[in-house]
Amino acid sequence: MSAKKTSLSAVSASATVQNKSGINRIEPILFNTFNTLFMVILVVVTLYPFLNTIVVSFNAGNDTIRGGLYLWPREWTLQNYRAVFVSGTIYDAFWVSVARTVLATLLNLFLTTMLAYTLSRREYIFRKQITLVFVLTMYFNAGLIPGYFLMKDLHLLNSFWVYVIPSMISAFNMIVIRTYIGTIPESLVESARIDGAGEFKIFWSIIFPLCKPVLATIALFVAVGSWNSWFDAFLYTSSRQELSTLQYELMKLLSSSMNANSNPAVANGGGVTQDTVSSMVTPISIRAAVTIVASVPILVVYPFMQKYFVVGLNVGSVKE
Amino acid sequence: MVETKKINRAAAKRKQEIKYPITWAAIKRQRQLIYMSVPLLAYIILFAYVPVWGWTMAFQDFKPNLAFAQQTWVGFKHFVFLFTDDNFLRVLRNTLGMSIINLVLGFVTAIGLALLLNEIKNMYWKRTVQTVSYLPHFLSWIIVTGIVATSLASDGIVNDVLMWLGLINEPIVWLSEGKYFWGVVGASHVWKEVGWNTIIYLAAMSSIDPSLYEAADIDGANRYQKMRFVTIPGIKATIIILLIMSVGHLLEAGFEVQYLLGNGLVVDWSETIDIFVLKYGIAQGNYSLATAGGIFKTVVSITLLLGANWIAKRMGEERLL
Repeated sequence: MSAKKTSLSAVSASATVQNKSGINRIEPILFNTFNTLFMVILVVVTLYPFLNTIVVSFNAGNDTIRGGLYLWPREWTLQNYRAVFVSGTIYDAFWVSVARTVLATLLNLFLTTMLAYTLSRREYIFRKQITLVFVLTMYFNAGLIPGYFLMKDLHLLNSFWVYVIPSMISAFNMIVIRTYIGTIPESLVESARIDGAGEFKIFWSIIFPLCKPVLATIALFVAVGSWNSWFDAFLYTSSRQELSTLQYELMKLLSSSMNANSNPAVANGGGVTQDTVSSMVTPISIRAAVTIVASVPILVVYPFMQKYFVVGLNVGSVKE
Repeated sequence: MVETKKINRAAAKRKQEIKYPITWAAIKRQRQLIYMSVPLLAYIILFAYVPVWGWTMAFQDFKPNLAFAQQTWVGFKHFVFLFTDDNFLRVLRNTLGMSIINLVLGFVTAIGLALLLNEIKNMYWKRTVQTVSYLPHFLSWIIVTGIVATSLASDGIVNDVLMWLGLINEPIVWLSEGKYFWGVVGASHVWKEVGWNTIIYLAAMSSIDPSLYEAADIDGANRYQKMRFVTIPGIKATIIILLIMSVGHLLEAGFEVQYLLGNGLVVDWSETIDIFVLKYGIAQGNYSLATAGGIFKTVVSITLLLGANWIAKRMGEERLL
């Protein structure tokens, strides 16, 4: 933050130089220098914590406690990752996370696009009513407690399906897809209808494949949302360890080491028990390894999706 | 952009003039569309509307093991309790404080960064900065708060840099003092979302007519005058729509960051309405009071949203609803 402030004031300082002396040649050089410098600081501030976490995850745990670890591991080890994947709970949680993400994404794309298709048909008699019912859900929320009782009444507590079923359709995504379907030429649908195709057939074999660009964006958002959520595991399935997700396991690790962090005496190494010091693996290094495991799937997919999501966001920007 | 939207609206209006009345013949003819959408309608009613029935809990002394007819109705007792409860008022103050900080910081940094990104002429460098700055948006709050906690630890990078710069003499324990908490939450939000939030402004900037900049050049405007008189007016509609939406979310200061970063030492400054609801409702089983808190939040949010929308309409601005 302070970095940003200083470079902004530097920018305005360069403005006054230019206004006073009226030299138009110096200003662009000054501005571009400061702008580039600012962007470099931004990139560093964004990437550094991440790189540092990678370093910690590859460094021997008992060495990390000594501090002073920045951009290169002092004692290389794969022990932290081995501990993560050997320890049954985190390994199981990883696969629960994968399963919920894949299922949620597939169901979301299929159901949301199907709904968006029916609501894009101008001749559909219930179009306005159904659209209204969905759009209103963007503006209110029954809240935590009533939602909890609904899950209880539906017997979704301590069930895997609580990760998937309550969030199968989002009104916002539906509107984004519907807007996109609106740009597909009507003649395609009409010619299929003349050939005798029913509505489902038109949706499945014509509309769905043509929506690929917008569906790529939605898939990314849904998948990231599902992969990253921990609150449902915390609230609905916390009494069944085998249903725990990777993020929830990470949250548990975080809250145990957070207490160590916020206490200065412990953070200096004093609070770590003899037991963990003697071993190679410490809670902090395990946490770093789990953090990397939890973010790698996103980091792998994200660059490929970037060209799509800018388009998708703009389609939806009008009515968020 | 506004122009094309108007044209689109006019076109949509013309198409809507054809009426499609609900008749038995139409239902029979469109039964495939009905099969495809009505089950989903039932689904959303079940998951989004039916729970609203649970709001009745706020007006009862709700006991989960009793049937609905056996519950005792108590009127506004729980709401009265909320507004005389120091705990709730403190939580309300924290929620408003943090969301105002997030709102102001979020807008200023995103618009500022978008203006600076817009000045970069080297496309490759611009894309690189954008790609990097979007990245934290996709990380979960668990990961981000873990990174924040590590960076702010007494031997973390923030203290290291501040000491190296000579700004402080000894490490600050950022997460153990209430006075820093709101700032830490605001900074965490900026770190995570600033790049992502520029997307929408950059898109609006790219749709500004280039001839406006050419005209400004001819009039001898400098870089900052062009920002002030061309770029910012060009993204004004976008800013206003986003502002309306943010005002509607004024009581949603978030839950995850505060829950994950908060600890016993800063609890007076970290708890928000959502945490209050979770604590009273799920942890202590006081469902009625927690629901009352939740209803208060929803009702205020909707009122704020409609109010902001109404003001924008009165001012003749682009609006949301």
